[in-house]
Amino acid sequence: MDFNKLFELVVSASLINNFVFTRFLGLCIFFGVTRKMETAIGMSITFVSVMVISATLSWLVFENIMIPLDITFLKIIVFIGIIATFVQSADTIMKKVSPTMYYKLGVYLALITTNCITLAVPLIHAGEGYTLIESIAFGLGSGLGFALALVIMASIREKLELAEVPAPFKGLPISFIVAGLIALAFTGFSGLITL
Amino acid sequence: MSHIHRTNWELIKNGVFSENTIFRMAISLCPSIAVTNNLKNGFMMGISVLFVQVMVNITVSLIRNFINPKIRIPIFMLIIAGWVSIIDMTMAAFARTIYKDISLYIQLIVAFASIFARAEVFASKNKLVPSLMDGIGMGTGFFLAMIVISFFRELLGKGTLWGLPIVAGKPLLIMILPAGGFFAVGILMGFFNWIDIRFYGGKGASGA
Repeated sequence: MDFNKLFELVVSASLINNFVFTRFLGLCIFFGVTRKMETAIGMSITFVSVMVISATLSWLVFENIMIPLDITFLKIIVFIGIIATFVQSADTIMKKVSPTMYYKLGVYLALITTNCITLAVPLIHAGEGYTLIESIAFGLGSGLGFALALVIMASIREKLELAEVPAPFKGLPISFIVAGLIALAFTGFSGLITL
Repeated sequence: MSHIHRTNWELIKNGVFSENTIFRMAISLCPSIAVTNNLKNGFMMGISVLFVQVMVNITVSLIRNFINPKIRIPIFMLIIAGWVSIIDMTMAAFARTIYKDISLYIQLIVAFASIFARAEVFASKNKLVPSLMDGIGMGTGFFLAMIVISFFRELLGKGTLWGLPIVAGKPLLIMILPAGGFFAVGILMGFFNWIDIRFYGGKGASGA
């Protein structure tokens, strides 16, 4: 396996094509959980692990079941089924096996099912035809990129609480503008690696 | 439920204004930035969501008495995914150039909180006609939001509308860059809040 290619995939998925800032996915969660650093970190941890596992699962199903049976047109339904089932079972297992961890991270698991990034990764893989390892690397990179975005945004929004914002812009609108400024900074990463 | 007795017109108005998906509820935001860098894409996206919302509401409302409440979530998911697949394939067949740009976001309508929420909160508890009206209202609200955002972004960013040149001179390139999408939505949201506070004595949108 070509290590350089994998490294490039991780870097490009996390920085250059950051899901939040250049593909605009997962915005609901991005604006929802970044009000506090603590929740942002909890979400990041949960997210990266779900991302990697669901990328693996959906690759296996897509390559081994859907392509041989020629039912790739069902990919939307199948992927959302896989992710929902996996997240639901992770939720149940975690509740039984480790209740403390469940109290810390369980809330985020429920949110992840309706997240577009978890669904976008298998869909992009289906379009690009990654191998299993590449697909995992892509999932990992996307997860890390999202975690990075959450942490940056949370640290800014904690400061923003103290700032004097004009009334109509309080809350979400100013967060959007902040996100725009970060996105502008992320444009600087384009051209870092030419794939 | 308070909105059971509302008239059809009120249901539509509710979806378009007081519970506007993008500017009021602030859910399903991903495509509001991703596909609004020109009017054509924004229009197609809005239409697709309108279609899916209406069809999902109708379907859920029709079979609401047969769904076991315990497994309703997977069933709603399946219904939504089915309708999204239909619009996805239709667009792949008839609108190839646009499809290339926005296919990923069309497929991701599946994960839209707004559509799911309406199925769960409204269509699964109401008769066919109110559900249909609610779907039209919600879908139109989303559609109008997409049109407004993409109108400003294309006009300011390229000086064109629907690909036709409108304003000569140097456009503000930033508006069609990713970052500009965040600015556009943030400023428009602030603007609508301002109208609400200034003229209707509201408190502005709640932060999500």
